[in-house]
Formats: sequence, C-alpha cells, structure tokens
Amino acid sequence: MSTVTEHQKVAPPPDALAKTVVVSWKAPIAYGIFTLLALALAVFAPPVGDTTYRLVASDKDAIKVADISVPAMPALWAVVVLLAVITVVSVWLVASKRRVPLWLTVVYAVLVLFGFLTWAGAGATLPMIGLLFGALSLSVPLIFGALTGVLGERVGIINIAIEGQLLAGAFTSAVTASVVTSSTGVVWIGLLAGVVGAMIAGMLVGMVLAAFSIKYFVDQVIVGVVLNVLVLGLTNFFFSQVLSNNAAVLNSPPRFPRLPIPLLSDIPVIGPVFFRQTLVVYIMYITVAAVYVGLFHTRWGLRLRAVGEHPQAADTVGINVNRTRFWNVAFAGAIAGFGGIFFTLGSGIAFNKEMTAGMGFIALAAVIFGGWDPIRATLAALLFGFASNLQNTLSVIGSPVPSEFMLMLPYVVTIIAVAGLVGKVRGPAAAGKPYIKS
Amino acid sequence: MSDAQSPHGTPQTTSPVADATPTGTTPRDTSTVPAQVPEPSRWHTMWQQIVTGNALISVLSVVLALIVGAIMIAFTDENVQQASAYFFARPGDTLIAVWDSVSGAYVALFQGSVYNFRRDSFVDGIKPLTDTLTFATPLIAGGLGVGLAFRVGMFNIGGRGQMLIAASVAGWLAFGFDLPWGLHMLVALIGGLLGGALWGGIAGLLKARTGAHEVIVTIMLNFVAFYLVSWMLRTPGLLQAPGSSNPKTPPMAETAQFPKLFQWMGLPYNLHFGFILALAATVLVWWILSRSSLGFRFRAVGENPNAARVAGINVPSMYVYAMLISGALLGLAGVSQVLGTVTTGFTAGIDAGVGFDAITVALLGRSSPWGIFLAGILFGAFKAGGYSMQAAEGVPVDIVLVVQSLIVLFIAAPPLVRTIFRLPDPSRGPKRPRPIVTKEVTAK
Repeated sequence: MSTVTEHQKVAPPPDALAKTVVVSWKAPIAYGIFTLLALALAVFAPPVGDTTYRLVASDKDAIKVADISVPAMPALWAVVVLLAVITVVSVWLVASKRRVPLWLTVVYAVLVLFGFLTWAGAGATLPMIGLLFGALSLSVPLIFGALTGVLGERVGIINIAIEGQLLAGAFTSAVTASVVTSSTGVVWIGLLAGVVGAMIAGMLVGMVLAAFSIKYFVDQVIVGVVLNVLVLGLTNFFFSQVLSNNAAVLNSPPRFPRLPIPLLSDIPVIGPVFFRQTLVVYIMYITVAAVYVGLFHTRWGLRLRAVGEHPQAADTVGINVNRTRFWNVAFAGAIAGFGGIFFTLGSGIAFNKEMTAGMGFIALAAVIFGGWDPIRATLAALLFGFASNLQNTLSVIGSPVPSEFMLMLPYVVTIIAVAGLVGKVRGPAAAGKPYIKS
Repeated sequence: MSDAQSPHGTPQTTSPVADATPTGTTPRDTSTVPAQVPEPSRWHTMWQQIVTGNALISVLSVVLALIVGAIMIAFTDENVQQASAYFFARPGDTLIAVWDSVSGAYVALFQGSVYNFRRDSFVDGIKPLTDTLTFATPLIAGGLGVGLAFRVGMFNIGGRGQMLIAASVAGWLAFGFDLPWGLHMLVALIGGLLGGALWGGIAGLLKARTGAHEVIVTIMLNFVAFYLVSWMLRTPGLLQAPGSSNPKTPPMAETAQFPKLFQWMGLPYNLHFGFILALAATVLVWWILSRSSLGFRFRAVGENPNAARVAGINVPSMYVYAMLISGALLGLAGVSQVLGTVTTGFTAGIDAGVGFDAITVALLGRSSPWGIFLAGILFGAFKAGGYSMQAAEGVPVDIVLVVQSLIVLFIAAPPLVRTIFRLPDPSRGPKRPRPIVTKEVTAK
C-alpha cells in the first residue's frame, strides 16, 4: 500500500512525458570499439616518421597552399586521447539520459579518419586532392543509385534492381553513343544519345519493376533480384554475341571531357576536388539538390511521400496511388540509368561484362544507411566512395597493412556503424506493400 | 509447389482461401439460396483445375522463357542475319536458319543436361544427367538456406560470403590435417557448416541485438569474406599452397573428399556424396519448417513478427537461429564445392555465383523445401546444358541467366501468363447469383 502511494508521489507530471528520451548505449559502445582499435594501432603498430598532407593539385594552381606535415606518433596519440575523451563524454551523456548529438559523431568520425590517415601515411606524402577527387568520382554511380533507391522506397516500391539499372544504363549508353558517334562523327551528339539511351534503359527496368509489383502484386524484392539477373544475362549475352565481334562500331564510346568551372575551380582544395570534374558530376550535384527540394518542398514530393507512407490516406484525398508509384519508379529508374553512364562515357571505357561489380548493392546499403533521406544517402555513398579510393591511394604510397584489409575496411565500418549508430531504422511505412484498392 | 506461402506474405491472387470463398458467402446464405446453377461436369471441373493450377503456370512459364530465349538466339545468329538480308526473295532460307540455330542450341542444351543420344551406351548417354545433379547440389543447399531465411521474413543476400568462409574452413581442415578416412570428411564438413553458420549468424545476431538491417549486413559481409579469403589465399601458411605464388590452395586430402557416388560401380560420373547431403538437407528443412515447433515459430515470425511477439515467441532469437541455419545450409553449398566438385584446390571464385543463384532458386521454389529441390535441379540442368550449348553451338552461356530469370518472373506473375495464353482466371470462376441480403437497420 505504501509503495503505491510513494509511486504516485514520484510519478512525473504529464508534461515531462513528452520530454522522455529513449537512450541507447549503442553510440558509446561503437565509440569505444573504435577508440580501442585506435589504441591498438598506436601500441602494436606505432607509426614512424612524419605524415605529409599535400593540398595542391598541381604546381599551376593560382593560389598555393603549403603542404602540412605532422609527426605521426604524437598526432596518433593525441587522436587516441581525444577519442577517449569523446567516448567518456558520450557515456556521461547517455548515463544522464541525454542523447548523443550528431555533431559529436561527426567530430569523432573526422578524428578517426585523421588518425588513421596519419598512421597509414607515416613517412610518406598523402595527395589529399587526388584522394578526395577520386573519392567523389567513385561515388557518382553510388549517389545516382542511392537517389533512385530513396525515391522508389519513398513512393512505396522497394528497388533492389538498382544494380540492373546501372548495368543497363552502362550498356545502352556505350552502344548508342558509339553508334551515333561513328555515324554522325560529332562527339557531343553521340554523348547526348548515350545519355538519352542510358536514361531510357534505366527507365525501362524501373517500369518492369513497377508493372510487376503494381499490376501483378509480385513481391518487389523478388522482381528486383530477378531483374538484376535478367539485365546481367541480357548484357552479357549481347556483349559476347554481338559487341565483341564488332567492337569498333558498337563498343568504343566517346568520353565526357573534363570541364573546369571558371573561378570556382581556383578555390584552394575545394576547387580542384569539386569543380574540375566532368559534366556527369555537375549534373549529380544538381540531381541531389533537385531530389531533396522536390521531395520535401514541392507538391510532387508531398504526394510521393504520402503514397509511400499511407496509400489509403493518399487515395482518400484523390491521389492516384498506383499511377504515382508507376511514374515515379520509372523516373527514378532514369536517374539510375544516368548513373550507369559513369562506367562507360564518364571515363571513356568500353562496356565490359558485369562492369558495375556490385555497386548497385552498395547504393542500396547507402539508401538504408542514409535512412531514406536523399542528403544522408548521398553522404553515405560518398563515404563508400572515399573508402574505396583510400585503398587505391594507400596502395600507391605503400601502406603498412595488406591491401585486402584496406579494401575490407569500408564494409566493416559500415557494419559497425549500421549496428551501432543507425540501429533499427524505419523506412517508409508502405514500402514493399502493394496497394489494392478495396 | 504450394503457393500459399510466399516469402513476404504477398497477397497471392490464387490463394486457396480466395478460391474457397469467392464472394464471402456463409453457409447460412447458401442454405437460403436455392442452387440455380447446374453442377458442372466432372471433366469440366478437372479441366478447370488443370488450366487454373500452378503446375500448368510453371510449365507455361518455362515454355515462355524458352521462347524468349529462342528469339534472342535467332536474332543474334549470323546465319539468320545473312539469310534475312534476302528475306523477301527467299523467306524459306531465313526460317530454316532460324530453325537450325534455335533447335541446335536447345538440342545441345538437352544433350548437355539430360541425355546425350550421340553416345553409344546408356552409361555414357546418361552422364549429362549426373552432371546436372552435380551442378544442382550447391544450388539446392544454397536455395534451402535462402528460402529458410525468407520464411522467417529475412533476406539473406550473404550467400557468397557464407559459402566462401565455409569453403575456407572446410578446405583448411581437408588439406591441412591428417585424419582417417570418413572422420576427416566429417570433421571438414562440420567445420565448414560451422563456418557458414557463424558468418550468417553475425547478421542474425546484429539484427536481433541492434536492429541492423540484414540486407546491409549480409552484403557487407560478402565483401569482407571475399577480401578475407583473398588475403588468406595469398598468405603462405594460411590457405596458400606451399611453394606456390598463386592465390590457390593445395588439393584436398583423399581422406576428406566426398566419395563419388558411382565409383564403386566403376562408372565415370562426377556425382558425389554432396548430393545425398543436399537431399538430406531438403528433408531436414522440410521437417524443421512443417513438423517442428521451431519451424512453427519461424513461420509465425515470418508472417507477422508483432503478432509472434505478442504470442510469446522470442522474435530476436528466431532471427539468430534462422540465420545460423541459413548460413549452415549455404555453408553446405560451399563445402560441397571444395570437397566434392573442385577437389584440386580452390581460389576466391569457388562460390561460382551460387550465392546469388540460390536466391533465384529459392524464389522459383517458392521457399518450400521440395520446390527448392526441384528448382535446384532445373537450374542445375540449365547450368550443365548451358556450357555444352556454348561449346557446341557458340551460344553464350549467359542466355541461361536470361531464361532463368524470365522463368522466375513469369511464375511469380500468374495473371500475366494467363493473359498471354488466354487461360481462365480461377478467382473469377463461373458467375453465381449473389444472394441479396437485406439488413435491418435499427434507428438510433
């Protein structure tokens, strides 16, 4: 009896309920793991010498930035101490029922990255511009693929066929661009034809996905997986049977030239990384911005999200659910198809079998990692691109770890991050469920 | 192949429930309405059942996919292209060229996968069928793994990683140790299964404990396993063959290899003990899913995890168990590759794409164990026949991928197949007079 009254006394007023924060120990645990890893590096594999960060692309830059050189050993220890401090702070935050802010995670990640680079590049010079430039380039197909996935799931169609859409785009762009260039002799017309072809190819894959999942109620994951295999089989078949016999006409695509943007490309560090790219990358900036604004600040985006979250409600207010789904998935497919041109026209490489090499699946991971948000998914894709290019750079300067472990790193980091920081994510409520009007 | 269970609980247009109560009539209604429609004849009923059944849809899907494949073969054949240049002068030539290319390819496919009529004796002629079963072995095992995870509502794309880890463990035990015959094989087999289970279990554990999406984790673990195995393969003392600089293991010890099933009869077939294990795994998975309480809980979680939790089922531990078993089954696929099919030492490509093919096998088999068994044999036949088709007719083996994916796509969409072949729709059976029920509305 007494306990009951006591409980009533302690019970918080209703206002306090709204402020209750669900605390999670995942972030401190993830921080702790990375801190211990950094400590292990510092203790068991101490770096020797200085690490030099080179921040200029070439000697012809208008504004010169001096190389930054840090002694590796003290820098690494400083990083370890800072990481430990952040871990303790996060433990304290969670213990006092508060949330670990996002900026702390960002600071932590940057520190981890700096510590790792300093350790791996000890006694050598790290070409930072090349590292970041390559990272951005490698992220291009991932970002386009991730945007496709975000749009698809936001409208209620799970898209596992991103890989197939990228591959279809790569194949079609190579063939159409090659044929048109060789017949007209004008490179830019060929490139334009390649872009249009790639977008149509990606759109077609998206339409098949949408048709099967909307009209025939086939499980969307099944259609997606099968479409990947189908596109893989089709492109492999036509490559072996048709393209390889006649590569000069059918499979020698032109290349998108690099277009430095005046003024912007002269900004130190940022300029060479972001504004000396090809047109494909500039279109990527625009696409990311357009998808973000469109999704959250236009009527189109509101309808799209409504259909993905609560199709019944959307239908009630007069939105045609299935038509919205079909055309948005088709449109999203065009984005992934455009991303496919990175593989061929983007670098002037002939189409080859299975040249997307699982990038579509990584884009899918970026969608979920980014929590179905275009900007966050883009950041996740950039992370993957950075990690794969980091391996390339470190293998050039000679890293102390076997290259396989470097290649493994982004995937391990993703697992830890998904398990520790993202945790149980909630996608659009109606994603994967067909809408049957009753 | 019952289609009542779809991996994600998709509403099936042909579910038996929908057939049984087409208009929601209750027994009371039927008693009040006199039977005005004469009973259809028994033959008519049987005909109805055949043309609206799943077996026919499956057969027609295969036919349809083969037709699409034939069109692709014909269009890309050089003789056809040459003959079609003068199509309007002599259309017969084009048709003959089309027939030659398509029939040649499909005869080669059949002869490479079932029975080769060009061989003299039955023993030699039937060898392609045993090759088919050899190819089917890892597909069945892997398909069971993916299918079991489907039934629990999880999507295991990590077959590749699980196979690689299992193959590495089994291979390491098989060439690195000296044990008596029988025991050695058993040790390697169990080691491989544990390896696969461990790799799959990571994804299950992370999903159960932290809610990490298993699709991301398994994709990532594929890459991790690939690079891990690649590293071990080029590091002396781990998996690399001594005295070699190639990223390849030494051959497996004789004592650890799966015995060839027909060796005691002196027949030259490659079919090995792994097929018996795949068969046993099929029975086991069937038993787990439809006869054990664990399987009941699996299916409950797969149908609706929230309802399962309310019913007192420990959902997170189901995720872990399912991924452990799924990983072990994919591990069996990896083990059968290294101990049975490729015993001369393996590279990082030992999974041979089975990890992804297994997904299609599981989808075609509709996640039911015997369906997967049959689907595995069908895809094994395509694999065995595809290579002989490429060798004999120069048709790229990739056409098999196209045909396989189209089969799954068509089988998954029965209405599409029905529309193409103009078959009747079972959900729209003969029109019955609908009872007019008037409800009295009480005014408030």
